[in-house]
Amino acid sequence: MADGGAAEGQGIGARVLRKEDARHLAGRGKFTSDFRRQGQKEMAFVRSPVAHARIKSIKKPSQFGGSIFTATDMPDLKPMRAPSKLPGYKHSDYPALAIDKVRFAGEPIAVCVADTRAEAEDIAQLVEVDFELLTPVTDMLVAKGPDAPLIHEEWDNNIVFETFSDDDFSKIEDEATVVIKREYRMARQAMNPMEGKAVFAEWDDRTDQLMMWTSTQVPHLIRTGLAEFLKLEQRQVRVIAPDVGGGFGCKALLQPEEVLAGWLTRKLACPIRWIEDRREHLITGANCREHHYFVSLHATPEGRILGLDCDVTVDAGAYSVYPFTNALEGAMAHGNLPGPYDIKAYKCRTQTTVTNKPGLMPYRGVARPGVCFAIEMTIDALAREIGIEADVIRAKNMVSEDKMPFMSIAKKHFDSGNYAKSVAMAAEQIGLTEIRAQQVGQDGNGRLIGVGMGSYVEQTAHGTSVFSSWGVAMVPGYEQATVRLTPDGGLELRIGVQSHGQGMETSMAQMAYEVLGIDPERVTVTHGDTGLTPYSTGTYASRSMVMAGGATARACRVLAERMEIIGAHLLQCERSEASVVGGRVVSGKGEVSFAEIGRVWYLNPDELPADVDQGGVEVTMGYRPEPDSGAFTYASHACKVSVDIDTGKVKVLDYAIVEDCGTMVNPMIVEGQTYGGATQGIGTALLEESPYDELGNPGASTFADYMMPSATDAPLYRIDHMVSPSPFTEYGIKGMGEGGTIPTPAAIGNAINDALKEIGAEVKETPFTPRRVRAAIEDAMKKSQGDRI
Amino acid sequence: MKSAKFEHRQTESLNEALSLLGSADGETRVLGGGQSLGPMMNLRLAQPDQLIDLSSVDGLDEILVDGDHLHIGARVTHARIEDGGVPGVTGEYMKFVAAGISYRSVRNRGTIGGSVAHADPAADWPSALLALGGDVLVAGQDGERRVSLDGFQIGPFATGLGYDEILIGFVLPVLGRNASTGYYKVNRKPGEFADAIGAVVVGENARVICGATKSAPFRVSAVEEKLSSGGTELSVGEAREMITAHDPGFDDYELQIHGVALSRAVGRAFA
Repeated sequence: MADGGAAEGQGIGARVLRKEDARHLAGRGKFTSDFRRQGQKEMAFVRSPVAHARIKSIKKPSQFGGSIFTATDMPDLKPMRAPSKLPGYKHSDYPALAIDKVRFAGEPIAVCVADTRAEAEDIAQLVEVDFELLTPVTDMLVAKGPDAPLIHEEWDNNIVFETFSDDDFSKIEDEATVVIKREYRMARQAMNPMEGKAVFAEWDDRTDQLMMWTSTQVPHLIRTGLAEFLKLEQRQVRVIAPDVGGGFGCKALLQPEEVLAGWLTRKLACPIRWIEDRREHLITGANCREHHYFVSLHATPEGRILGLDCDVTVDAGAYSVYPFTNALEGAMAHGNLPGPYDIKAYKCRTQTTVTNKPGLMPYRGVARPGVCFAIEMTIDALAREIGIEADVIRAKNMVSEDKMPFMSIAKKHFDSGNYAKSVAMAAEQIGLTEIRAQQVGQDGNGRLIGVGMGSYVEQTAHGTSVFSSWGVAMVPGYEQATVRLTPDGGLELRIGVQSHGQGMETSMAQMAYEVLGIDPERVTVTHGDTGLTPYSTGTYASRSMVMAGGATARACRVLAERMEIIGAHLLQCERSEASVVGGRVVSGKGEVSFAEIGRVWYLNPDELPADVDQGGVEVTMGYRPEPDSGAFTYASHACKVSVDIDTGKVKVLDYAIVEDCGTMVNPMIVEGQTYGGATQGIGTALLEESPYDELGNPGASTFADYMMPSATDAPLYRIDHMVSPSPFTEYGIKGMGEGGTIPTPAAIGNAINDALKEIGAEVKETPFTPRRVRAAIEDAMKKSQGDRI
Repeated sequence: MKSAKFEHRQTESLNEALSLLGSADGETRVLGGGQSLGPMMNLRLAQPDQLIDLSSVDGLDEILVDGDHLHIGARVTHARIEDGGVPGVTGEYMKFVAAGISYRSVRNRGTIGGSVAHADPAADWPSALLALGGDVLVAGQDGERRVSLDGFQIGPFATGLGYDEILIGFVLPVLGRNASTGYYKVNRKPGEFADAIGAVVVGENARVICGATKSAPFRVSAVEEKLSSGGTELSVGEAREMITAHDPGFDDYELQIHGVALSRAVGRAFA
């Protein structure tokens, strides 16, 4: 273990400023769109203007025939297919360009190439497609019906995947005399990293490789997928993710545009570039979140929750995404609905349907924002029904600290934590008591104040056993890291995950410092390059700090041993007398710097004995936690909102977060990630929506129609940390990149319903737009007038 | 997306611009600040063959007080108005409106003339200026004409401007010290286009506008009568009723927020 030294206090727990910000704040990052090559050509797409149709013919303008490619020009290209081992899962091909049929508006039909994007778009505009229109299916509940037109005609219905678990509710029915039933919808939306997708591809004859720079979270998986669908050997593909401006999940998938760029660069023997614009992004490439819930919560009149019965529908859109499939959302919803609660009976059915919309993609939090929304909103409905504060109900029903580790009713192996304490702290932070006093005398006119909370527990850094149980074909195993001493005593750290905003160039260097005591400024973290880093399934599922961080720690420890061996020789002491301290090897006889060891190992090996450890000063080690069932982060969020009764407009006035992600490597980064996630949660709650009309036309194709949360919408978050290290991971670290998004829609929805409780109005569908809030108020008013009559 | 190919004509004088406009083949658009036309061209919703850029034309960016009239050139930017470029009570009202348009970098380039000529129903100036009343100055092949703001906008993205004419400015009233003005915009976020606009100017007479409608903004006569006869308050219910009389084709929620916008604009005018 390091004792500090020159770089004191830069290890685990230190708020080290992010190394990557030096370039980003100066605008000197290097993103895919910054690449230029002589002779490069740009791609533009002919995209379907209709949601569901058979393609009768495609007419290329003759003067541009050589610049336009359709599926029939690419017989050697395999359609993308995301395999799943889940029983009953229905496979579907996702062709990079539509074959015979289009299944959503915006689906690529032809790709056009030209020297500039504008010219490529000019060509695309001239391509004529003749369609035979089919009836579109745009609602997931309609899609399940027996008469719904089939999206994939080889199937017998539009349900791609189902899960079902039954339980005997008679064991609780005597006690559970209160049953709360609710129906919820979480809208389809689009995740929006600042940088959209971007690809730059060229063939390198020298290395016999397809070189692809692409804005991805998972370069190694992209390589594997490209090789499969382009029919190359994997050694022939090198994928590099340079600076990546956010991902949130849509870049954890292979994109059809990546496959096409790879195909075209070989076909045309020139570099190919495609920079997605926001319109393409919003209507084709980043749809997420759309769930529907029927929930029955069974409880005692004293607020003890005994049973949960849920019917979940997921709208997966037309195609399954590679490699994680469109079954992930439903499977995760099923496994996460009971949340942090200790209940006795759980029954659940999930159905994932296909519709004529873009394929649903996993978005930061994956399924859990919907699940948390459904459960936490129902708990508050219970609270209003029985007249007990919701925070009391939450605390009373959560798995208690003394039961940890605990196997939940949904078979989640909770590792550590005091869930109920987070609720109490959040209630205190938001000032629940004071808000209750403020609310006295609110008369239903003007602006109403409300308070709401949401709690969750989140499986992070789950490993082989979990992904294997989801039937995913690409299962993460031992995450590897490589460390290499440089001849002047610096460190190169190579990780297979990719950092696209998480600050890993800093936090991984802090991990190396923790073991070796090397100043993080002297550690270069290399990531996102299949040619330089160990194979990894990449960055998703809040796994990188636990997995790649754990691997880094292990590799550094082995390197420390090697350093001690060489150092002991140079110090002429016993191996047992030498130890790594603060970037040096010290013993009673003196000390030797890493720079000195580097110099001797690489340049003056004559100073070393013949029997020195031949492993040298470069080490690759693998790591996975044991058990690998995940490290469980949890949090409670509480917020105060005002609702403008006349317009239905909601404003977040105050927001408090109490979170526990175990040991924090860099608390500043933890807080930044949490604020960013929560702000995306505000987007889900209040603003973001990708509506589709009955013909399947997207209703939000630019930021004029698609509302993103921005500085004016984000409150000044207040955050408290609890620290319950995981007993199963290196240093007790838990993943935390996604959690901020999870309880926000629930907390805000509960706050709105709290504000509206005197009126008797309830919102149940995100986003809580002014129109929806007003509709809830009008419904309640009509109902109360009806009651009076 | 990138714009389709077009010819960009940087003009040095109004005459040059008019003669280009008069002799143009194909679709020609006049470019002010380009803050609406630019995105529409990039989305290929607009594909003009030629753009006539007014940004170098002298004399279209003046703000002059002439007795009880204000002359405002078409090229005056929202930012200049936000920064107090228009004097007096009229200027105070316009300053408030300008500050709520989009965000500063759009306001730095976007122009008042471009906004009115573009005639997006959800934009601010078509409603805000209609509440002031006054005239639009139009230059055509045979000289200039003045057209009343009343009736100038005839629908969404449609005005009385001829295809070979250029909007060059406005003549607006100089409001007296006793004038009351109120502007209220219902929108999802600060700076977004309006879902509903209420604009109220009570000077010698009352002008009350319901804006961000499905078509052109319109005057709400019953509210004008109420305020002209000394009324200083308007409930949402009243506003809804008075708007409904104009048959605006709103659904219930649209009627509600337009009622709120009008009610709150009146509230601001007499606060």
